[in-house]
Amino acid sequence: MTVFALTPIPASGLQVYAWLLIALPLGVAALLLVGGRRTNGWGHFLATLAPMASFGLALAYFIDLLALAPDQRAITVPVYDWIAGPTFDVSVTLLLDPLSILFVLLVTGVGSLIHIYSLGYMAHDPDRRRFFAYLNLFVAAMLILVLADNYLVLFVGWEGVGLASFLLISFWQERPSAAAAGKKAFIVNRIGDLGLIIAIFTMLALFGSSSFSSVNAGADQISGFWASLLGFLLLLGACGKSAQVPLQTWLLDAMEGPTPVSALIHAATMVTAGVYLVVRSGAIYAQAPAAQLAVAIVGTVTLLVGAWIGCAKDDIKKVLAGSTMSQIGYMMLAAGIGPAGYAFAIFHLLTHGFFKANMFLGAGSLMHATGDDVNMRHYGALRRLLPVTFFTFAAGYLAIIGFPFFSGFYSKDHIIEAAFEHQPALGLLALLGAGVTAFYMTRLMAMAFFGQSRWRPGVHPHESPATMTAPLVLLALGSFAGGLVLNGWIGRWLEPIGAEAPEHASWVPQITPIGLATLAVVAAGVVLGWLLFGRRPVPDQAPQQVSPLTRWGRRDLYVDDAYEAALVRPGLGLAQAVAWVDQRVVDGAVEGSAGLAQAAGTKLGRLQNGYVRSYGLTMLIGLLAIGLALILGQLV
Amino acid sequence: MTGAVWAPLLSGVQVTFWICAVLAIVGAIGVIASSKPVYSALSLALVMLALAVVYASLEAGFLFAVQIIVYTGAVLMLFLFVIMLVGVSTRETLVDTLRGHRLAAGLAGVGLVALLTLGVGQAITAPAVGLEAANAGGNVEGLAQLIFHRYVVAFEATAALLITAAVAAMVLAHPKRLRPKPDQSVRLRRRVEAYVEQGVHPGAQPSSGVFARHNSIATPALLPDGSVAPESISATVASRVPPADPAQLGLPLAQTLAAIEGRPGAGPVDAEDSPSSPASPSTPSSPASPSSPASPASPASPASAVDPPGPAPAASPDRSDPEGGSDD
Amino acid sequence: MTDLYLILAVILFNVGLVGFLIRRNALIIFMSIELMLNASNLVLVSMSHVHGVLDGQVAAFFVMVVAAAEVVIGLSIIVTIFRARRSTSVDNEILLKG
Repeated sequence: MTVFALTPIPASGLQVYAWLLIALPLGVAALLLVGGRRTNGWGHFLATLAPMASFGLALAYFIDLLALAPDQRAITVPVYDWIAGPTFDVSVTLLLDPLSILFVLLVTGVGSLIHIYSLGYMAHDPDRRRFFAYLNLFVAAMLILVLADNYLVLFVGWEGVGLASFLLISFWQERPSAAAAGKKAFIVNRIGDLGLIIAIFTMLALFGSSSFSSVNAGADQISGFWASLLGFLLLLGACGKSAQVPLQTWLLDAMEGPTPVSALIHAATMVTAGVYLVVRSGAIYAQAPAAQLAVAIVGTVTLLVGAWIGCAKDDIKKVLAGSTMSQIGYMMLAAGIGPAGYAFAIFHLLTHGFFKANMFLGAGSLMHATGDDVNMRHYGALRRLLPVTFFTFAAGYLAIIGFPFFSGFYSKDHIIEAAFEHQPALGLLALLGAGVTAFYMTRLMAMAFFGQSRWRPGVHPHESPATMTAPLVLLALGSFAGGLVLNGWIGRWLEPIGAEAPEHASWVPQITPIGLATLAVVAAGVVLGWLLFGRRPVPDQAPQQVSPLTRWGRRDLYVDDAYEAALVRPGLGLAQAVAWVDQRVVDGAVEGSAGLAQAAGTKLGRLQNGYVRSYGLTMLIGLLAIGLALILGQLV
Repeated sequence: MTGAVWAPLLSGVQVTFWICAVLAIVGAIGVIASSKPVYSALSLALVMLALAVVYASLEAGFLFAVQIIVYTGAVLMLFLFVIMLVGVSTRETLVDTLRGHRLAAGLAGVGLVALLTLGVGQAITAPAVGLEAANAGGNVEGLAQLIFHRYVVAFEATAALLITAAVAAMVLAHPKRLRPKPDQSVRLRRRVEAYVEQGVHPGAQPSSGVFARHNSIATPALLPDGSVAPESISATVASRVPPADPAQLGLPLAQTLAAIEGRPGAGPVDAEDSPSSPASPSTPSSPASPSSPASPASPASPASAVDPPGPAPAASPDRSDPEGGSDD
Repeated sequence: MTDLYLILAVILFNVGLVGFLIRRNALIIFMSIELMLNASNLVLVSMSHVHGVLDGQVAAFFVMVVAAAEVVIGLSIIVTIFRARRSTSVDNEILLKG
C-alpha cells in the first residue's frame, strides 16, 4: 500500500509566515486595483517585486524542507478557521510539502520572469497597471490553489485563477474576439468547476472533511462506487482547468490574451492545475481503477488532438496552444498511470513550465519584432535578426521534441516508457504523439526562423529589449538543464506524497528499446517537418487544397462546431423560449394585472366625479346592500 | 287594558294621523320638488306643523310646542333669512346634469322605503302602552324630571354646543374686512382734503325736509334764496321721485309770512332779500334762522365742525355705505 | 296603528333622502336633511308612545337642539360659500374631485 500523505507537522519558526507567499501578490494586486491611476507610475515595478519576494520566501521554505527528514516534509500553517460546523469544519490552512513547494517555486519563479518580461512587453500599453494587478492576482490565486491543505480552500484558488484567467484573456476588452474568448474560457471552466465542487460536496459527506489528509486516510474505506464517482468528478474538474478533451476548446481561443499571459497562465502554471489535482487525489484514484484509466485515456486523446491541431495552425500562438494541450495530455497520461507516473507527471509539468514559457515568450518576442503579427506565414528568416530569440527558442524546441539531454528528453521519455509498461496501446499512441510533436515544432521553427523572409511591407524586425530577452535566456537555461538537474532527484523527492521512485535515477539516460524507438520517431518527425517546410518555400497564403487531416486541424477538429450545434444552439433556443415565456406569460401576467388595475381604476375613477350627490347615492346603494344582506341573512 | 286606553281615542288619533300624514307627505314632496327655495322652505314649514300636530296626538305636548317654536319659528326663519340673503329669486333648473342620476336616486329611495317598511313591519309586536302613566304629573314636568336628572350631562353638553354654534356662526358669517376701518381722524382728514382739492363742503350735508311741515326724505331742503339744496336728498330717492317744486314747497310759508306781514311790528329784520328767487314770489325765505345770517350754504343747521354721530354724510363717497349697497 | 307612524317616518325620511340626492341647491339639500331629522324625531316620539316612557321625547328634544345648532352652522357656511362663489350650488367638481 502506497502511503499517500505524510502526517503533517505544525509549522514553526519562519514557517508560520508562509501566508506571506500569498499575501504579498494579493496585497499588491489590491493596492493597484484600488489605488487606481495614482499607481500608474510605479505600480508595475511593485507588482514585479511581489512574486520575486514570494519566490525568495519559497526558496527559503524549500531549503527548509530539504533540511528535514523525508518523512517530516509536510508542514501545516494554520491561518484561520473558515467554517466551523457541527458535522464538518474547514480551516484555512496552508500545506508545505514536497509537491506544493515545487509548484510554489514554479509559479513564483516563472511568474517573476514573466513579470520582468512584461515590463518590456507591456511598456506601451495604456492599461499596464491593470495588467500587472491581474497578473499578481493570478499569482496569489495560484498560490492559494497549490498551498491549500484541503479541497475547499483549493477550490477558492481554483476559482481565483479562473477569474484571473478570464480577466487576462479578455484584457483587451475592446476587441470583441478577446471578450468572447474570455467568456468562453469562463463558461467552459464552469463545467469543470461543477465537477470539482460536486466532488468536494461528496467528500464532505463521505469523510466529514475536505482536507487532503482526511481524504487520503479515508479513501480506502469507501466503496468502489464512491471512489469512482469522486475520480470521475475530479477528472471533470481537471479537464476543464487543464483543457483536456472534451473541454479543451477554450484554450485555443485563450490566446487572445497578451502573450505573457499565455505563457504564464495558459502554458506554464494554471492549465497544469488539473494534473496537480489528479496527483493530489492519488489515494482516490488508487481505489478507482476505472477513473484512473479514464484519466490516462483522456490524456492520450488530448495529446494526440493537441498535436494534430498544432500541425494545422498558422497562428504561432495557436500552434503553441495546441502543443500545450498535447503536453498536458502527456502529464495526464502519466497521472493516469498511477503512482508510478506521478513523479513523471510532475517532472514533465516542471520542465514543460520552463520550455513552454520560454517558447511563448519567444513567440511574444517574434510578435514584438513583426508588429504583433501572429501568422507564421508572414515570418521567415528571422534567425539572423533576432539571434537571442532564435537561440532561446531553439532551446525550447529541442526540449519539447525530446532532444537528448534537454529537459523534455528526460521527462517525456519517462512517460512514454511508463505508458508502455502500463498499457502498450497507450504507449504506442504516446510515441506517435512524440513524433507528431517533433513534426509540428520543426514546422514552426522552419516557418519562423528559416527559409526566405515573408515579412509584411513596413515590418522591420528587431531584437526585443533586455527586459524581454533576459527572462528568455533564463528560461532557455531551464529548458536545457532542468531535466538534467531534476531527473535523478524528483522521484525521491516526491516519494513521500505517493509517487513511486523510478529505478533509474541518474542524469545519464539508460539505453532502452523504447528510448531508442522514441528517438527514432522524433527524428522522423523532424526530418519530415524539415522536408515539407524547411526545404520548400512556404506559401504566403495558406493553401486551400489540403488533406482532410489539415482541414480538420484548422477547424479544431470541428469540436467547436459540434458544441455549437449540440449545446450552444439549443441553449440559445432554450434561452429564447424562456425569454418568450418571460415576456409573454410572466410579463403578460404582471402587466395584465397592472393593466386590469389601471382599467378598473379608470372606470371606478369616474365614480369619483366630484358631485356630492353621487357620493350620497353610492352610500345609499351600499346601505341598501348591507340592509338586504342582513335581512336575507336573517331569513336564511 | 290597552283596549280601555285606546277605545275613546281611537278615532280622533287616527283622523289626526291621516290628515297630518297626507299634509306632511305633500309638504315633503313640495320641499324637494320646488324650483324656488322659498317654496321649499314654506313646504317644510307645512311638514313641521303637521308633525307638531302628530306629536300632540302622541301625548307629547312639550314637543308640540318646541317643534313649532324652535323649528317652525326659529330654524325655518333662519332658512328664510338666508334665502333672502342669497337671493330670493334664484331658480334652480330641475333637469339634472348627471345622466341617470335622478332615476337611480329614485329607485334607491324606493328600495330603501321597501327595505325599511319590511324591517319596521316586523318591529312592533305589542300594542302601544300610551303615555298616560308617564304624563300623570304633566308632560313638561315629566320631561323636566328626566332632563335635569338622568340626562343632565347631555343637557349641559347641548348648552355648550349651542354656545359654540353661536360663536362659530358669528365667526363664519362675519365678512373679512379688506382695508382697515377708517376712524374719526382719518375721516376728518379726508373731508378737509376734499375741501382743499375739490372744494367739497367739509361740513354736514343739509338734511331733508322743510321746517315742520315736511319731514319726508323726498322733500329737499331749500336754500336761503328759496332754491333746492340738491345734497339734501339721497340720490336713490332723487332718481325715483319727481323733483319737488320749490315754489310749491315755499308756498305755505310765503302765505304765512304774508299774513304776518299784514300786521305791523311782527317780522324781524329781513333786509337782504334773495337776489334771485325765481320761484319764490316776493317773500324772503329764511326767516326761521335768525341766528345764522352769514352762513352761505347751510340753511338748515348751524355750521359745525363736529360731525353728528351716525352715518357720515359729509362727503358723497361715504354716503352710499349703509343702504346704497342693497340696491346694486 | 303604530306601524303607520313608522311608515310615515320612513316615507318622510326617504323623501328627504331623495331630495338630498337629486337637488343641487345647498339650501334645499339642507332642508332635506331637516326633513330626515324630523322623520327620525317622529320615530322617537311614536316609540315613546309605544313604550310608555318619556325618554324618547327627551331624545327628540335633544335632536331638535342639535339640529338647531347644526342649522346655524350649516347656514353660516352656506352664506360664507355664497359670498365667495356667488352660488349655492353644490355641483362644483373642482372642490371634491380627487
